[in-house]
Amino acid sequence: MNINGILWPVLTLGGLAILFGIILAYASKKFAVEVNPKTAEVRDALPSANCGGCGFAGCDAFAEAVVSGKAAITGCPVGGAPLAVKLGEIMGVTADATEKHVARVICCGDSNNAKEKYEYQGITDCKAAEALAGGSKSCRYGCTGLGTCVKACPFDAIHVINGVAVVDEEKCTACKKCIAVCPKNIIELVPTSKEVRVLCKNQEKGKDVMQSCKVGCIACQKCVKACKFDAIVFENNLARIDYSKCVNCMMCAEACPTKTIYANFNNRKKAFVHDDKCIGCTICSKHCNFEAIEGELKGKHKVLEDKCVGCSKCYEKCPKDAIEMR
Amino acid sequence: MNLLLILLSVILVNNMVLSRFLGICPFLGVSKKVETAMGMSIAVTFVMAIASVMSWLVQTFLLVPLKIEFMQTIAFILVIAGLVQFVEMVIKKTSPTLYQALGVYLPLITTNCAVLGIAILSIGSNYNLLETLVNGIGGGISFTLAIVLFAGVRERLETAPIPKALQGFPIAMIAASLFSIAFLGFQGLIK
Repeated sequence: MNINGILWPVLTLGGLAILFGIILAYASKKFAVEVNPKTAEVRDALPSANCGGCGFAGCDAFAEAVVSGKAAITGCPVGGAPLAVKLGEIMGVTADATEKHVARVICCGDSNNAKEKYEYQGITDCKAAEALAGGSKSCRYGCTGLGTCVKACPFDAIHVINGVAVVDEEKCTACKKCIAVCPKNIIELVPTSKEVRVLCKNQEKGKDVMQSCKVGCIACQKCVKACKFDAIVFENNLARIDYSKCVNCMMCAEACPTKTIYANFNNRKKAFVHDDKCIGCTICSKHCNFEAIEGELKGKHKVLEDKCVGCSKCYEKCPKDAIEMR
Repeated sequence: MNLLLILLSVILVNNMVLSRFLGICPFLGVSKKVETAMGMSIAVTFVMAIASVMSWLVQTFLLVPLKIEFMQTIAFILVIAGLVQFVEMVIKKTSPTLYQALGVYLPLITTNCAVLGIAILSIGSNYNLLETLVNGIGGGISFTLAIVLFAGVRERLETAPIPKALQGFPIAMIAASLFSIAFLGFQGLIK
């Protein structure tokens, strides 16, 4: 066997590879282009999904835009709040509005509740249906349920269930793509922590709403009276929750006769007083709007579970941190 | 005259993409817009011209004297990959505008089989250095011709009423094969 037949190729190719390696190593020094070290740092912190949710062509472009000040550090929908904090450290600015938001579809008129005014047989696209007398549902403010937002969502976080689009809040990254494509403008970004939502956009008078949908807002204003925190604003025959004031007490959802205001009552918290910390100052019971805390001055306080709605007011006011929300 | 023949042959008769079926991947991948197709093909032409010359040098002065022509493929891949890297660095430093224009396409070319193909074909045809260079440039032009024409067709396909089953890649494949058949018409132009 001729050993040269193996030796020469190995030597030649190995030699070529080493030669190219040396040339490239030299070239990378010689032709090095100075990049802002911050860009590299920002780029490393990004999730590398390259989804374009930020509006730039991938993570590289976003990193450059952040460093040059063209993009906000909160611009990445995938990384969300934790990433914004990290980018804030790199860029030396503090992140504002870092609370996580999710998209919510403001309509609950599914096939059981909303009446159809005609049978739509066109292409499955909300914009096309919208052009035909505002969609097949008799409520012209409601979700057409044809899933243009479903197609737009890069994270599989929105699905049409029984004729109405519903957002999967676990998966939603608040990239706003669904908001941009919805012809009805019924998708909104809401702070994730806010449980209660008014699921109707219909601005017509109560009687007209009732004719087209069983779960529409009929402008009865019962929620306004039920809210002890002035968090419900009434305009254009429609209740709207002021989320800066809403405390998740869910009283409006209880009062709503048409169940247009939705809240997951399983997530309702209850206040609990730790006896070892309570000094009997009565501050909590004074601030409770629902008379759900009993107890004498200097005595231990107790929360009446059936009356407590989990508004957290007592929790905020207790000077001894004796109250826990759970 | 011989050079002109080589050029015509590689562009029309033996078109890299449509007759030899090399570089199909970028041909289908980067042909959605005429603009990006143009950027890709300029980068390919550029690399093809340099790569065919470089590989000719490697073949003539390294592989043939050492009698290891069978290592051709691996050696050429090595040359092309190193070359593309080097070219990218140089362009990035010397001409940021050109770098922006070629952008992401440059590294993609490392894996473009049309570049390897033109180098091997040049060697196979026993071309000299000048002929190899012309063949390389011609290969680039033939790639440009195919991909830019095809991108134009695909841009029009976007708005055409196409049956649902054929939308997207299926209709692109059909269009590509019709293209290829059309280019068969050039067979016999040069013997």
